[in-house]
Amino acid sequence: MADFIAPGQGAIPGESGTMVEERISVATQWQLMWWRFRKHHLAMIGTIFILLFYAIVVMADFLAYSDPSASEAQRGLLSPQPIHWLDNGSFSPYVNAMVGKRDPVTFKRVYAPDADKKIPISFFAQGFSYKFLGLFPSNIHLIGVGATDAKTEDTLFIIGTDVQGRDLWSRLMYATQTSLVIGLVSVALSLFLGVLLGGLSGYYGGIWDTIIQRVIEILRSIPTIPLWMGLAAALPNDWDITAVYFSITVIISLIGWTELARVVRGRFLSLREEDFVMAAELSGCGKFRIIFRHMVPSFMSHIIAATTLALPAMILSETSLSFLGLGLRPPAVSWGVLLQQAQNVQALAISPWLLLPVLPVVVSILAFNFMGDGLRDAADPYGV
Amino acid sequence: MLAYIVRRFFLAILTTVAISVLSFIVIHLAPGDYVTAYIAQASASGSIVSAAEAQALRIQYGLDQPMHIQYIRWISLIMQGNFGMAMEWGRPVMEVIGDRLTLTVVVSVAAIIFTWAMALPIGIYSAVRQYSIGDYIFTFIGFFGLAVPGFMLALVVMYLGFVYFNTSIGGLFSAQYAEAPWGLDKFWDLMAHLPIPAVVLGLSGTAQMIRIMRANLLDELRKPYVVTARAKGMSERRAILKYPVRVALNPFASTIGYLFPYVVSGSIIVSLVLSLPTVGPLLLKALIAQDMFLAGTIILMLGVMTVIGTFISDLVLMWIDPRIRVGGQ
Repeated sequence: MADFIAPGQGAIPGESGTMVEERISVATQWQLMWWRFRKHHLAMIGTIFILLFYAIVVMADFLAYSDPSASEAQRGLLSPQPIHWLDNGSFSPYVNAMVGKRDPVTFKRVYAPDADKKIPISFFAQGFSYKFLGLFPSNIHLIGVGATDAKTEDTLFIIGTDVQGRDLWSRLMYATQTSLVIGLVSVALSLFLGVLLGGLSGYYGGIWDTIIQRVIEILRSIPTIPLWMGLAAALPNDWDITAVYFSITVIISLIGWTELARVVRGRFLSLREEDFVMAAELSGCGKFRIIFRHMVPSFMSHIIAATTLALPAMILSETSLSFLGLGLRPPAVSWGVLLQQAQNVQALAISPWLLLPVLPVVVSILAFNFMGDGLRDAADPYGV
Repeated sequence: MLAYIVRRFFLAILTTVAISVLSFIVIHLAPGDYVTAYIAQASASGSIVSAAEAQALRIQYGLDQPMHIQYIRWISLIMQGNFGMAMEWGRPVMEVIGDRLTLTVVVSVAAIIFTWAMALPIGIYSAVRQYSIGDYIFTFIGFFGLAVPGFMLALVVMYLGFVYFNTSIGGLFSAQYAEAPWGLDKFWDLMAHLPIPAVVLGLSGTAQMIRIMRANLLDELRKPYVVTARAKGMSERRAILKYPVRVALNPFASTIGYLFPYVVSGSIIVSLVLSLPTVGPLLLKALIAQDMFLAGTIILMLGVMTVIGTFISDLVLMWIDPRIRVGGQ
């Protein structure tokens, strides 16, 4: 009983024991789960990060301030222009202008910040036009450098540019959108396959169970990356971006469903013997109703936890494939596509900011792992 | 016990067949076939292949047959040791692969040895000294290792090596040994180059293993028999190592089978970044050039290799876990 009360006491300090007990006994399962989840600090931090990431997904157009595919050979590999927030003690953010010079020895164009020239940054500035959520046309961006017809020197590249002179920050925003959406769709597909096949395997048992379990075992003992590479390389070069997106998603989820199917099967096996399932059967419920009305709600939380833990693998698969040049191809932008430019050590040594896309990958994967960990602990609020 | 071995053996055979079918599908998914690629190659070098000649070639390679016949032909050729020609290279596939396959095994096994050598003691330490500073540090490293995929770690290691030591860290051999025949010197050179790829490849597996070992051992340490052992005055070292660690090792060993395919998979991309002479870079090149005989063979070989690795680890598991040995399940 002591463990049972614990989440409630954490939630409402100072209340008397009986009131706490009363609150717990009337709380729904989801309330109990939330109380327990809230105590897992790392999971809470992870969740906040994930919410931020998905905010970027929704508002990528707004947060980017220049067209992700607008390239200019003149501005290749420009170093980051850090934002100075204060100007002579008052709040007026600006960046230093980058001035290009010819190196007298190598004849290369070299850019250096000019401390005297300040480019003011304005908020909610006008920039390239886009459709917010694909519906509402707009051209407002979070930050920008004055008018759209700005002179050529008035540039803003807060984390530098890539080889083709495209703004890395804006590309990173769009890459976040692509990578996280692909991860989400792949996991949804895997979830569908996993629940369907895991459910079949666990509920009916017998020959179905044997076949599906063997298939899972076989799939798990195959090195996945070479197989993915083979499948991805077979995609015709002339397919448009949407078709490639979709195929990559399917390829990733085809192999990712096994773990989810295992979780679902385990839950079905343990629930099949429960009294409430027997009661439903005896009162003449159809199979479909028993599964979706009685069984699925009672292991929903476990499925959500397993799905959260499966997401990082999906994101990494897309990143690895695109990194190899077999996944998404330019002009599509994803974390893997951005990291392709970091493959060359010499280029990296000169422009280390190309390595920056590693950061969101690592942070998002950590965040999903922590959140999944917390969800898994909270998934069974009636247990210890 | 015999039943278990037989069951595992049949599963291994079944997996091998499944892998061969998948590799075959990969070969045939790409648009065009071997002959179209051959014609393209011939016309690139100036010669022209007539329609009749192309037809003859198709019949010779059996490309006019239905898929399942083609598959059987392909497999029976492989059984005879004929893997076809690597088109881009104009040489037999096996000659192109050379000892890259062996080196892939060497790198993967080194990574797994690193994983075990690190994860076991750290896992035990973290469980016995739960919530100590060391435990927190290792937990942090563990989560970090889990989140950083091998190829990104490889990128960062390459960058740091280049900037701070001004050398390229990649490769498995020094320049003078790369093409040299095998000998003791070359072997030592390989050993000297092995640690970095092994660590890069093994880190995420290590992180996972530490978590598993720690959780298992914590469960065991709370059991009454450990208290009894202590109460009897058994030394702390013996009270921990003799029974709880042994029991905690069981689930640990059962993940060996899944570790091997995982490491081989990871080695493909890591090899590319660290430019290791394994099959990884070769596979990527073959796939991009649509050299499907080479690609299919490599995928098949990697698959068969993991099946053998998994089978061996099953035997190891049986050796560790008496319940499997005695129960026959």
